[in-house]
Amino acid sequence: MMKTEDGMGLELRGLKKILGGRVIIDDLDLSVSKGEMVSLLGPSGCGKTTTLRMIAGFLAVDSGQILVAGKDVTALGPDKRPSAMVFQNYALWPHMTAAKNVGFPLKIKGLSKIEIKEKVEAALELVNLLHHKDSRPGQISGGEQQRVALARALVQEPDILLLDEPLSNLDAKLREKVREDIRELQRRLGITTVIVTHDQEEALSISDRVAVMNSGRIEQFSSPQDLYRQPQTEYVATFIGSLNRFEGDLQNGQILGGTDVIGIRPEDLTISREPMEGSHSGIVELVIPRGHFFEVVVRRKDGIFRAFASENIPTFGEHVHVKIKKALRYQNGKLVA
Amino acid sequence: MRTFLSPTRLLLNFAVLLMAFFILGPILWLAAHAFVSGWQYPNLYPSGFTLSWWSKVFVDSALKTAIKNSLILSPLVVLLSMVICLPAAYAAGRMNYWGRKIFMIGIFSANSFPKIGLFAAIATLYYTLNLMGTFVGVMIIQLLGTIIYMTWIPAAAFAAVPRNLEEAARDAGASKFRVFRTITLRLAMPGILVAIVMSFLASFDEAQGSYLVGAPSIYTMPTEMYSLVQNYPIQVAAVFSILLALPSVLLLGLARKHIMGGQLADGFQLK
Repeated sequence: MMKTEDGMGLELRGLKKILGGRVIIDDLDLSVSKGEMVSLLGPSGCGKTTTLRMIAGFLAVDSGQILVAGKDVTALGPDKRPSAMVFQNYALWPHMTAAKNVGFPLKIKGLSKIEIKEKVEAALELVNLLHHKDSRPGQISGGEQQRVALARALVQEPDILLLDEPLSNLDAKLREKVREDIRELQRRLGITTVIVTHDQEEALSISDRVAVMNSGRIEQFSSPQDLYRQPQTEYVATFIGSLNRFEGDLQNGQILGGTDVIGIRPEDLTISREPMEGSHSGIVELVIPRGHFFEVVVRRKDGIFRAFASENIPTFGEHVHVKIKKALRYQNGKLVA
Repeated sequence: MRTFLSPTRLLLNFAVLLMAFFILGPILWLAAHAFVSGWQYPNLYPSGFTLSWWSKVFVDSALKTAIKNSLILSPLVVLLSMVICLPAAYAAGRMNYWGRKIFMIGIFSANSFPKIGLFAAIATLYYTLNLMGTFVGVMIIQLLGTIIYMTWIPAAAFAAVPRNLEEAARDAGASKFRVFRTITLRLAMPGILVAIVMSFLASFDEAQGSYLVGAPSIYTMPTEMYSLVQNYPIQVAAVFSILLALPSVLLLGLARKHIMGGQLADGFQLK
């Protein structure tokens, strides 16, 4: 057996998967450090769930390698892999109590009854559900079921924790709390975690790094801040956050004809009632309150600007001037500095 | 306060009573006749009570053999049916192969024709195979009637087990066989139990084919009823029908406790 490389959490090398004649995953590489929390983010059909299922071992790879904690697990079945998964709909066994659900992996490992009881209670304590240890899945709420599923994964002390859309079945209010709980627990236990999600807010707020996926490839793999401020491809720029997108060239703040793509984040636009150097004039078409700031839609003679403003908010129909502070430029979909 | 009975309510109560009379009436009539020495028109009351009909049944060796035959045959038939049909049911419920639908509908349509024609054809076959009047011959006949229950119901039960419950068990470290045993089979069990009850009743009740193939050497309880009705007073037949109903009632009671227990129905809000 290979010695565990220090600092290695998960490594995917040249992963490829073809399903029904269609290339789902194409030559995918990904390196996750030990103790890191990484999101696979993308729209449905981008291959993020397929990737997760290959890491868990439910799907065989067509080519490539999967290394968990420095050990090649590509040829192993899901039962032999040092990974534990939390399923989207939790997949708790309805005929077992919460304690039996959590204890099942330990029972398979052949632990003694006393050991199982101790570990199960510790795991349920970890997710604050010890009082429900004798409840069946059908008797507890969705949020509680999810915590049982999490406890069942954590009790296995896996090298890597896999979460498949773990928050999608919870209501909005609970989602934020569970998100924070998961993140806190993950940090405390220092467990390498891969989470699949289609919700960018979730991915950006929970992860150390985010891999944005698009048709079976990773478009960009970087920290949430970099993903937003320095999107490396046009796809990422439009997928993450909102963006003013123009085709053309930007010179001295003016948009001229051209084949490049110019992307401007709404907060990189300044709105003023007075003209500024290189500013565009237009009429306020919409003012949308967004909590602590406002989204202002300004119509120019050839298009609209979407800007964020937090003070001196213009009103509907007012004549204003918009200045571009910062812009991203893409050539053939790639960022040019 | 006075209880108020609306006309619809009254009508409903009457309908329920009428139904109870039609369902329970014959059974009560049977039960009564099993314990009376004679009770015939125009007498309003039975001429006396006796247990002699019961002793007649238990003394008559032919009747005893019929009871023994039935109690051995039916469990064997159910067991054999499970061995043959459950793997097929699992395949039909879980795998997608060419001809799966035709196979399932074929099993169903074989039951939609009058069976007597089928039995006559089988009888000809049995003569050449020397199965006429044998235990095995009757067993095969009864087996045929259980196949529809033992394939369709468990197939639906297997199909209803969510895949990710099995995946979760695999992920937890269980081998494929262990997953089948502790998750798949366990969750399909209510359906399989129903199939067992239905198959047992189908086998235990089967008379037509069993008579055609088994008589005169092998008699089961239902086929024995034919000669019983002809050769004995009606009270002996009444005793015998009560005996015939007993295993079914017992089995239904047992199954009800396990199937309607509720715990298996819990937690099935999975997609």
